[in-house]
Amino acid sequence: MNAHTLHTPLTDDDVAALRAGDMVLLSGVVYTARDAAHRRLVAALNRGEPSPIPLAGHVVYYVGPAPAPPGRPIGPAGPTTSGRMDPYTVPLLERGVKGFIGKGHRSPEVKAALVRYRAVYLAAVGGAALLLADHIVEARVVAYEELGPEAIRELIVRDFPAIVVNDIYGGDAYEAGQRAFRRRR
Amino acid sequence: MTTPARTISVAFVRRALAALLSEAAWKLPTDYVAALRRARQQEAAALGREIIEILLTNADRARAERLPSCQDTGMAIIFVEVGQQVHLVGGDLNAAIEEAVRQAYRPLRKSVVADPILRENTGDNTPPIVHYAIVPGHHVRLRVMLKGFGAELMSRLAMFPPAVGVDGVKQFVVETVERAGPNACPPVIVGVGLGGSFDTVGLLAKKALLRRLGTPNPAPHLAALERELLDEINALGIGPQGFGGTVTALGVHVEAAPTHIAALPVAVNLNCSAPRRAEVIL
Repeated sequence: MNAHTLHTPLTDDDVAALRAGDMVLLSGVVYTARDAAHRRLVAALNRGEPSPIPLAGHVVYYVGPAPAPPGRPIGPAGPTTSGRMDPYTVPLLERGVKGFIGKGHRSPEVKAALVRYRAVYLAAVGGAALLLADHIVEARVVAYEELGPEAIRELIVRDFPAIVVNDIYGGDAYEAGQRAFRRRR
Repeated sequence: MTTPARTISVAFVRRALAALLSEAAWKLPTDYVAALRRARQQEAAALGREIIEILLTNADRARAERLPSCQDTGMAIIFVEVGQQVHLVGGDLNAAIEEAVRQAYRPLRKSVVADPILRENTGDNTPPIVHYAIVPGHHVRLRVMLKGFGAELMSRLAMFPPAVGVDGVKQFVVETVERAGPNACPPVIVGVGLGGSFDTVGLLAKKALLRRLGTPNPAPHLAALERELLDEINALGIGPQGFGGTVTALGVHVEAAPTHIAALPVAVNLNCSAPRRAEVIL
Protein backbone atom coordinates (compact mmCIF):
# COMPACT_ATOMS: atom_id res chain seq x y z
CA MET A 1 0.00 0.00 0.00
CA ASN A 2 1.08 3.54 -0.82
CA ALA A 3 1.96 5.41 2.40
CA HIS A 4 2.40 9.16 2.24
CA THR A 5 4.13 11.18 4.94
CA LEU A 6 2.53 14.62 4.97
CA HIS A 7 2.97 17.82 6.97
CA THR A 8 0.28 20.42 7.47
CA PRO A 9 -0.58 22.89 6.06
CA LEU A 10 -1.13 20.92 2.87
CA THR A 11 -0.29 22.18 -0.60
CA ASP A 12 -2.08 21.49 -3.88
CA ASP A 13 0.80 19.18 -4.79
CA ASP A 14 0.44 17.22 -1.53
CA VAL A 15 -3.24 16.69 -2.21
CA ALA A 16 -2.76 15.87 -5.89
CA ALA A 17 -0.48 12.95 -4.97
CA LEU A 18 -3.17 11.21 -2.91
CA ARG A 19 -5.45 8.52 -4.29
CA ALA A 20 -8.45 6.87 -2.69
CA GLY A 21 -7.25 3.91 -0.63
CA ASP A 22 -3.78 5.34 0.07
CA MET A 23 -2.43 5.41 3.61
CA VAL A 24 -1.38 8.78 5.05
CA LEU A 25 0.79 9.57 8.08
CA LEU A 26 0.00 13.16 8.96
CA SER A 27 2.13 15.48 11.09
CA GLY A 28 1.73 19.11 12.12
CA VAL A 29 -1.22 21.21 13.23
CA VAL A 30 -4.77 19.88 12.92
CA TYR A 31 -7.95 21.62 14.14
CA THR A 32 -10.77 19.72 15.77
CA ALA A 33 -14.40 20.57 15.14
CA ARG A 34 -17.65 18.63 15.29
CA ASP A 35 -21.36 19.43 15.20
CA ALA A 36 -21.76 22.48 17.47
CA ALA A 37 -18.41 24.06 16.48
CA HIS A 38 -19.27 23.75 12.79
CA ARG A 39 -22.62 25.37 13.32
CA ARG A 40 -21.01 28.33 15.09
CA LEU A 41 -18.03 28.61 12.81
CA VAL A 42 -20.02 28.59 9.58
CA ALA A 43 -22.63 31.01 11.02
CA ALA A 44 -19.78 33.41 11.90
CA LEU A 45 -18.25 33.08 8.44
CA ASN A 46 -21.65 33.72 6.85
CA ARG A 47 -21.96 36.93 8.88
CA GLY A 48 -18.62 38.01 7.46
CA GLU A 49 -16.75 37.59 10.74
CA PRO A 50 -13.16 36.32 10.75
CA SER A 51 -12.53 32.65 11.44
CA PRO A 52 -11.12 31.91 14.92
CA ILE A 53 -8.72 29.42 13.30
CA PRO A 54 -6.66 29.53 10.10
CA LEU A 55 -8.40 27.64 7.31
CA ALA A 56 -6.34 27.93 4.12
CA GLY A 57 -4.29 24.77 3.64
CA HIS A 58 -5.41 23.34 6.96
CA VAL A 59 -6.93 20.07 8.05
CA VAL A 60 -10.07 19.66 10.18
CA TYR A 61 -10.46 16.56 12.36
CA TYR A 62 -14.03 15.60 13.29
CA VAL A 63 -13.53 14.58 16.90
CA GLY A 64 -14.81 15.27 20.38
CA PRO A 65 -12.01 13.88 22.56
CA ALA A 66 -12.41 12.34 26.00
CA PRO A 67 -10.87 14.32 28.89
CA ALA A 68 -7.07 14.07 29.16
CA PRO A 69 -5.88 11.56 31.78
CA PRO A 70 -3.19 12.89 34.15
CA GLY A 71 0.11 13.47 32.37
CA ARG A 72 -1.27 13.17 28.84
CA PRO A 73 -2.12 15.89 26.33
CA ILE A 74 -5.51 14.44 25.41
CA GLY A 75 -7.83 11.54 26.12
CA PRO A 76 -8.97 8.92 23.62
CA ALA A 77 -9.71 10.76 20.38
CA GLY A 78 -11.12 8.75 17.48
CA PRO A 79 -13.12 10.12 14.56
CA THR A 80 -16.84 10.87 14.67
CA THR A 81 -19.26 10.41 11.74
CA SER A 82 -18.38 12.94 9.05
CA GLY A 83 -21.71 13.06 7.22
CA ARG A 84 -23.21 15.23 9.95
CA MET A 85 -20.79 17.96 8.95
CA ASP A 86 -21.74 17.80 5.25
CA PRO A 87 -24.00 20.89 5.41
CA TYR A 88 -21.05 22.95 6.72
CA THR A 89 -18.27 21.57 4.52
CA VAL A 90 -18.51 23.62 1.32
CA PRO A 91 -18.05 27.00 3.11
CA LEU A 92 -14.83 25.63 4.61
CA LEU A 93 -13.63 24.35 1.24
CA GLU A 94 -14.31 27.80 -0.23
CA ARG A 95 -11.90 29.21 2.35
CA GLY A 96 -9.16 26.78 1.45
CA VAL A 97 -9.42 23.86 3.88
CA LYS A 98 -7.43 21.07 2.24
CA GLY A 99 -8.36 18.04 4.25
CA PHE A 100 -10.93 16.54 6.60
CA ILE A 101 -10.48 13.53 8.88
CA GLY A 102 -13.47 11.55 10.09
CA LYS A 103 -15.26 8.33 9.27
CA GLY A 104 -18.23 7.37 7.12
CA HIS A 105 -19.90 8.51 3.92
CA ARG A 106 -19.88 12.04 2.52
CA SER A 107 -22.75 13.45 0.47
CA PRO A 108 -22.50 13.65 -3.34
CA GLU A 109 -22.32 17.46 -2.95
CA VAL A 110 -19.30 17.24 -0.64
CA LYS A 111 -17.55 14.70 -2.88
CA ALA A 112 -18.05 16.99 -5.90
CA ALA A 113 -16.80 19.98 -3.90
CA LEU A 114 -13.65 18.07 -2.86
CA VAL A 115 -12.86 17.63 -6.56
CA ARG A 116 -13.69 21.27 -7.36
CA TYR A 117 -11.66 22.76 -4.48
CA ARG A 118 -8.88 20.14 -4.62
CA ALA A 119 -9.16 18.78 -1.10
CA VAL A 120 -9.21 15.29 0.38
CA TYR A 121 -11.34 13.40 2.85
CA LEU A 122 -9.49 10.96 5.08
CA ALA A 123 -10.78 8.32 7.48
CA ALA A 124 -9.20 7.28 10.74
CA VAL A 125 -10.20 3.97 12.33
CA GLY A 126 -13.36 4.55 14.37
CA GLY A 127 -13.16 2.91 17.78
CA ALA A 128 -9.33 2.97 17.84
CA ALA A 129 -9.48 6.10 19.97
CA LEU A 130 -6.72 5.23 22.39
CA LEU A 131 -4.21 4.28 19.69
CA LEU A 132 -5.01 7.45 17.72
CA ALA A 133 -4.46 9.61 20.81
CA ASP A 134 -0.85 8.28 20.88
CA HIS A 135 -0.24 10.34 17.74
CA ILE A 136 -1.50 13.58 19.29
CA VAL A 137 1.40 15.21 21.10
CA GLU A 138 -0.18 18.53 22.06
CA ALA A 139 -3.72 19.84 22.43
CA ARG A 140 -5.16 23.18 23.47
CA VAL A 141 -8.58 24.77 23.17
CA VAL A 142 -8.48 27.71 20.75
CA ALA A 143 -12.17 28.60 20.26
CA TYR A 144 -15.64 28.06 21.69
CA GLU A 145 -14.35 26.74 25.02
CA GLU A 146 -17.88 26.71 26.45
CA LEU A 147 -18.75 23.86 24.08
CA GLY A 148 -16.69 21.48 26.25
CA PRO A 149 -15.92 18.34 24.23
CA GLU A 150 -17.14 20.18 21.14
CA ALA A 151 -14.74 23.14 21.52
CA ILE A 152 -12.25 23.76 18.72
CA ARG A 153 -8.82 22.41 19.69
CA GLU A 154 -5.50 22.92 18.04
CA LEU A 155 -3.71 19.59 17.95
CA ILE A 156 -0.13 18.84 17.10
CA VAL A 157 -0.10 15.39 15.56
CA ARG A 158 2.80 13.11 14.69
CA ASP A 159 2.41 10.38 12.05
CA PHE A 160 -1.34 10.33 12.58
CA PRO A 161 -2.59 7.37 10.51
CA ALA A 162 -5.49 7.79 8.10
CA ILE A 163 -6.78 6.34 4.86
CA VAL A 164 -7.76 8.45 1.84
CA VAL A 165 -11.48 7.94 1.21
CA ASN A 166 -12.22 10.67 -1.35
CA ASP A 167 -9.49 12.12 -3.53
CA ILE A 168 -9.50 15.05 -5.96
CA TYR A 169 -10.12 12.73 -8.91
CA GLY A 170 -13.51 11.50 -7.73
CA GLY A 171 -12.13 8.26 -6.27
CA ASP A 172 -14.02 6.71 -3.35
CA ALA A 173 -12.32 4.01 -1.26
CA TYR A 174 -15.58 2.92 0.40
CA GLU A 175 -17.31 2.32 -2.94
CA ALA A 176 -14.29 0.54 -4.42
CA GLY A 177 -13.83 -1.64 -1.34
CA GLN A 178 -17.45 -2.67 -1.11
CA ARG A 179 -17.62 -3.40 -4.84
CA ALA A 180 -14.64 -5.75 -4.56
CA PHE A 181 -16.22 -7.89 -1.83
CA ARG A 182 -19.93 -7.70 -2.57
CA ARG A 183 -21.63 -11.09 -3.15
CA ARG A 184 -25.23 -9.94 -3.11
CA ARG A 185 -27.83 -8.50 -5.56
CA MET B 1 -47.26 -17.43 51.34
CA THR B 2 -45.03 -14.52 52.08
CA THR B 3 -41.25 -14.57 51.72
CA PRO B 4 -39.33 -12.13 53.90
CA ALA B 5 -38.30 -8.98 52.11
CA ARG B 6 -34.66 -8.16 51.45
CA THR B 7 -33.52 -4.65 52.26
CA ILE B 8 -31.07 -2.99 49.88
CA SER B 9 -29.88 0.58 50.31
CA VAL B 10 -29.90 2.84 47.28
CA ALA B 11 -26.33 3.85 48.21
CA PHE B 12 -25.31 0.23 47.59
CA VAL B 13 -27.02 0.34 44.20
CA ARG B 14 -25.29 3.66 43.45
CA ARG B 15 -21.81 2.32 44.24
CA ALA B 16 -22.35 -0.88 42.26
CA LEU B 17 -23.72 1.01 39.27
CA ALA B 18 -20.90 3.59 39.24
CA ALA B 19 -18.32 0.78 39.32
CA LEU B 20 -20.14 -1.08 36.54
CA LEU B 21 -20.29 1.96 34.27
CA SER B 22 -16.63 2.80 34.86
CA GLU B 23 -15.52 -0.71 34.09
CA ALA B 24 -17.68 -0.94 30.96
CA ALA B 25 -15.88 2.10 29.53
CA TRP B 26 -12.50 0.37 29.44
CA LYS B 27 -13.29 -3.35 29.46
CA LEU B 28 -14.88 -4.52 26.23
CA PRO B 29 -16.97 -7.70 26.68
CA THR B 30 -15.01 -10.97 26.44
CA ASP B 31 -17.52 -12.47 23.98
CA TYR B 32 -17.00 -9.47 21.70
CA VAL B 33 -13.19 -9.71 21.84
CA ALA B 34 -13.43 -13.46 21.09
CA ALA B 35 -15.72 -12.74 18.11
CA LEU B 36 -13.31 -10.11 16.83
CA ARG B 37 -10.42 -12.59 17.08
CA ARG B 38 -12.43 -15.08 15.00
CA ALA B 39 -13.25 -12.31 12.52
CA ARG B 40 -9.53 -11.64 12.11
CA GLN B 41 -9.18 -15.21 10.81
CA GLN B 42 -12.30 -15.03 8.63
CA GLU B 43 -11.82 -11.63 7.00
CA ALA B 44 -10.77 -11.93 3.33
CA ALA B 45 -9.61 -8.32 2.87
CA ALA B 46 -6.02 -7.51 3.87
CA LEU B 47 -6.95 -3.96 4.98
CA GLY B 48 -9.93 -5.39 6.83
CA ARG B 49 -7.68 -7.76 8.77
CA GLU B 50 -5.33 -4.89 9.56
CA ILE B 51 -8.24 -2.80 10.90
CA ILE B 52 -9.45 -5.69 13.08
CA GLU B 53 -5.90 -6.04 14.44
CA ILE B 54 -5.92 -2.30 15.30
CA LEU B 55 -9.27 -2.69 17.10
CA LEU B 56 -7.96 -5.67 19.08
CA THR B 57 -4.81 -3.79 20.08
CA ASN B 58 -6.91 -0.78 21.07
CA ALA B 59 -9.14 -3.03 23.22
CA ASP B 60 -6.07 -4.54 24.94
CA ARG B 61 -4.61 -1.11 25.61
CA ALA B 62 -7.90 0.17 27.03
CA ARG B 63 -8.10 -2.75 29.42
CA ALA B 64 -4.43 -2.46 30.46
CA GLU B 65 -4.56 1.30 31.05
CA ARG B 66 -8.15 1.46 32.27
CA LEU B 67 -8.92 4.20 29.78
CA PRO B 68 -11.98 4.36 27.52
CA SER B 69 -11.58 2.31 24.35
CA CYS B 70 -13.58 4.93 22.43
CA GLN B 71 -13.97 8.65 23.13
CA ASP B 72 -17.74 8.33 22.68
CA THR B 73 -18.78 6.71 25.94
CA GLY B 74 -22.30 7.47 24.86
CA MET B 75 -25.41 7.93 26.87
CA ALA B 76 -25.67 5.53 29.77
CA ILE B 77 -28.52 3.13 29.05
CA ILE B 78 -29.43 1.27 32.21
CA PHE B 79 -31.72 -1.71 32.66
CA VAL B 80 -32.77 -2.16 36.27
CA GLU B 81 -34.53 -5.35 37.33
CA VAL B 82 -35.93 -5.20 40.84
CA GLY B 83 -37.03 -8.40 42.53
CA GLN B 84 -40.44 -7.85 44.07
CA GLN B 85 -39.19 -9.03 47.49
CA VAL B 86 -36.66 -6.21 47.55
CA HIS B 87 -37.23 -3.17 49.71
CA LEU B 88 -35.08 -0.26 48.54
CA VAL B 89 -34.21 2.11 51.39
CA GLY B 90 -32.15 5.19 52.14
CA GLY B 91 -33.35 7.59 49.50
CA ASP B 92 -34.58 8.02 45.95
CA LEU B 93 -33.43 5.24 43.60
CA ASN B 94 -33.66 7.52 40.55
CA ALA B 95 -31.43 10.11 42.20
CA ALA B 96 -28.95 7.39 43.21
CA ILE B 97 -28.79 6.18 39.61
CA GLU B 98 -28.18 9.72 38.33
CA GLU B 99 -25.43 10.20 40.91
CA ALA B 100 -23.76 6.96 39.81
CA VAL B 101 -23.72 8.22 36.23
CA ARG B 102 -22.33 11.58 37.34
CA GLN B 103 -19.50 9.86 39.24
CA ALA B 104 -18.65 7.31 36.59
CA TYR B 105 -18.52 9.90 33.81
CA ARG B 106 -16.23 12.32 35.66
CA PRO B 107 -13.17 11.09 33.68
CA LEU B 108 -15.24 10.34 30.55
CA ARG B 109 -16.62 12.57 27.80
CA LYS B 110 -19.83 14.43 28.52
CA SER B 111 -22.05 13.70 25.53
CA VAL B 112 -25.56 14.65 26.66
CA VAL B 113 -27.50 17.81 25.78
CA ALA B 114 -30.46 18.85 27.92
CA ASP B 115 -32.79 19.64 25.02
CA PRO B 116 -32.70 18.34 21.45
CA ILE B 117 -33.44 21.80 20.03
CA LEU B 118 -31.52 24.09 22.40
CA ARG B 119 -28.61 21.61 22.67
CA GLU B 120 -26.87 22.76 25.82
CA ASN B 121 -24.52 20.14 27.28
CA THR B 122 -25.64 19.03 30.75
CA GLY B 123 -21.97 18.87 31.76
CA ASP B 124 -22.12 15.57 33.66
CA ASN B 125 -23.59 13.11 31.14
CA THR B 126 -26.88 12.92 33.03
CA PRO B 127 -29.63 12.04 32.64
CA PRO B 128 -29.19 8.37 31.75
CA ILE B 129 -31.89 6.39 29.99
CA VAL B 130 -33.33 3.97 32.54
CA HIS B 131 -35.62 1.00 31.94
CA TYR B 132 -37.18 -0.61 35.01
CA ALA B 133 -38.68 -4.05 35.35
CA ILE B 134 -40.29 -5.63 38.38
CA VAL B 135 -39.55 -9.37 38.47
CA PRO B 136 -39.96 -12.20 40.99
CA GLY B 137 -37.06 -12.59 43.40
CA HIS B 138 -34.79 -11.03 46.01
CA HIS B 139 -32.24 -9.43 43.74
CA VAL B 140 -31.50 -6.24 41.86
CA ARG B 141 -29.96 -6.80 38.44
CA LEU B 142 -28.18 -3.95 36.70
CA ARG B 143 -27.32 -4.10 33.02
CA VAL B 144 -25.66 -1.15 31.32
CA MET B 145 -24.71 -0.07 27.84
CA LEU B 146 -22.47 2.91 27.11
CA LYS B 147 -24.09 3.41 23.76
CA GLY B 148 -22.09 5.30 21.15
CA PHE B 149 -24.31 7.33 18.86
CA GLY B 150 -22.49 6.81 15.56
CA ALA B 151 -24.28 3.47 15.34
CA GLU B 152 -27.38 4.70 17.19
CA LEU B 153 -27.91 7.38 14.53
CA MET B 154 -28.02 4.77 11.75
CA SER B 155 -30.69 2.68 13.51
CA ARG B 156 -34.22 2.51 12.02
CA LEU B 157 -37.79 1.56 12.85
CA ALA B 158 -40.71 0.59 10.58
CA MET B 159 -44.35 -0.23 11.25
CA PHE B 160 -45.04 -2.77 8.50
CA PRO B 161 -48.33 -4.55 7.74
CA PRO B 162 -48.22 -8.36 8.18
CA ALA B 163 -48.19 -8.94 4.38
CA VAL B 164 -44.58 -7.72 4.31
CA GLY B 165 -43.66 -11.04 5.94
CA VAL B 166 -40.26 -12.38 6.82
CA ASP B 167 -38.83 -11.41 3.43
CA GLY B 168 -39.79 -7.77 3.99
CA VAL B 169 -38.29 -7.88 7.46
CA LYS B 170 -35.02 -9.24 6.08
CA GLN B 171 -34.92 -6.64 3.35
CA PHE B 172 -35.41 -3.83 5.89
CA VAL B 173 -32.69 -5.14 8.21
CA VAL B 174 -30.13 -5.67 5.44
CA GLU B 175 -30.96 -2.29 3.90
CA THR B 176 -30.44 -0.61 7.29
CA VAL B 177 -26.95 -2.09 7.62
CA GLU B 178 -26.15 -1.19 4.00
CA ARG B 179 -27.26 2.44 4.45
CA ALA B 180 -25.24 2.66 7.66
CA GLY B 181 -22.13 1.43 5.83
CA PRO B 182 -18.95 2.85 7.35
CA ASN B 183 -20.86 5.31 9.56
CA ALA B 184 -21.80 2.74 12.20
CA CYS B 185 -18.16 1.62 12.68
CA PRO B 186 -18.38 -1.94 11.32
CA PRO B 187 -17.97 -4.76 12.15
CA VAL B 188 -21.31 -4.04 13.77
CA ILE B 189 -23.65 -6.02 16.00
CA VAL B 190 -27.23 -5.93 14.75
CA GLY B 191 -30.10 -5.89 17.24
CA VAL B 192 -33.50 -6.57 15.69
CA GLY B 193 -36.83 -6.12 17.46
CA LEU B 194 -39.94 -7.70 15.97
CA GLY B 195 -43.51 -7.23 17.15
CA GLY B 196 -44.95 -5.37 20.11
CA SER B 197 -46.00 -1.79 19.45
CA PHE B 198 -44.32 1.40 18.25
CA ASP B 199 -42.92 2.18 21.71
CA THR B 200 -41.71 -1.33 22.58
CA VAL B 201 -40.20 -2.58 19.32
CA GLY B 202 -37.21 -0.24 19.67
CA LEU B 203 -36.65 -1.46 23.20
CA LEU B 204 -36.68 -5.07 21.95
CA ALA B 205 -33.96 -4.18 19.44
CA LYS B 206 -31.90 -2.56 22.19
CA LYS B 207 -32.34 -5.58 24.49
CA ALA B 208 -31.15 -7.78 21.63
CA LEU B 209 -27.82 -5.95 21.89
CA LEU B 210 -27.50 -6.97 25.55
CA ARG B 211 -27.26 -10.63 24.56
CA ARG B 212 -23.81 -12.22 24.46
CA LEU B 213 -22.45 -12.87 20.97
CA GLY B 214 -22.72 -16.51 19.98
CA THR B 215 -25.97 -17.04 21.87
CA PRO B 216 -28.77 -17.60 19.35
CA ASN B 217 -32.43 -16.90 20.06
CA PRO B 218 -33.90 -20.07 21.67
CA ALA B 219 -36.81 -20.13 19.18
CA PRO B 220 -35.65 -22.18 16.13
CA HIS B 221 -37.36 -19.96 13.54
CA LEU B 222 -35.75 -16.82 15.02
CA ALA B 223 -32.34 -18.49 15.32
CA ALA B 224 -32.63 -19.40 11.62
CA LEU B 225 -33.57 -15.80 10.81
CA GLU B 226 -30.49 -14.58 12.71
CA ARG B 227 -28.22 -16.89 10.67
CA GLU B 228 -29.80 -15.90 7.34
CA LEU B 229 -29.54 -12.20 8.16
CA LEU B 230 -25.89 -12.54 9.18
CA ASP B 231 -25.07 -14.27 5.86
CA GLU B 232 -26.90 -11.63 3.83
CA ILE B 233 -25.29 -8.76 5.74
CA ASN B 234 -21.81 -10.19 5.33
CA ALA B 235 -22.50 -10.60 1.61
CA LEU B 236 -22.85 -6.80 1.33
CA GLY B 237 -19.06 -6.46 1.18
CA ILE B 238 -18.92 -3.41 3.49
CA GLY B 239 -16.24 -4.94 5.71
CA PRO B 240 -14.30 -3.52 8.67
CA GLN B 241 -14.72 0.29 8.80
CA GLY B 242 -16.42 0.13 5.39
CA PHE B 243 -13.26 -0.36 3.32
CA GLY B 244 -14.55 -3.63 1.86
CA GLY B 245 -14.48 -7.12 3.26
CA THR B 246 -16.33 -10.21 4.30
CA VAL B 247 -16.98 -9.34 7.97
CA THR B 248 -19.55 -6.54 8.16
CA ALA B 249 -21.39 -7.87 11.24
CA LEU B 250 -20.19 -10.04 14.10
CA GLY B 251 -23.69 -11.12 15.00
CA VAL B 252 -27.41 -10.58 14.48
CA HIS B 253 -29.70 -10.91 17.50
CA VAL B 254 -33.46 -10.99 17.03
CA GLU B 255 -35.93 -10.49 19.88
CA ALA B 256 -39.65 -10.97 19.20
CA ALA B 257 -42.82 -10.17 21.12
CA PRO B 258 -46.56 -10.61 20.57
CA THR B 259 -48.11 -7.93 18.39
CA HIS B 260 -51.44 -6.82 16.90
CA ILE B 261 -53.19 -8.67 14.05
CA ALA B 262 -52.67 -5.57 11.90
CA ALA B 263 -48.93 -5.09 12.31
CA LEU B 264 -45.38 -6.35 11.89
CA PRO B 265 -43.26 -3.74 13.69
CA VAL B 266 -39.51 -3.93 13.01
CA ALA B 267 -36.69 -2.02 14.69
CA VAL B 268 -32.99 -2.30 13.93
CA ASN B 269 -30.58 -1.00 16.56
CA LEU B 270 -26.93 -1.09 15.53
CA ASN B 271 -23.97 -1.40 17.83
CA CYS B 272 -20.48 -0.37 16.76
CA SER B 273 -17.11 -2.07 17.09
CA ALA B 274 -16.86 -0.77 20.66
CA PRO B 275 -19.97 -2.43 22.14
CA ARG B 276 -19.61 -1.51 25.79
CA ARG B 277 -21.94 -3.34 28.11
CA ALA B 278 -21.73 -4.88 31.55
CA GLU B 279 -23.95 -6.57 34.10
CA VAL B 280 -24.10 -7.24 37.83
CA ILE B 281 -26.60 -8.92 40.12
CA LEU B 282 -26.86 -7.57 43.66
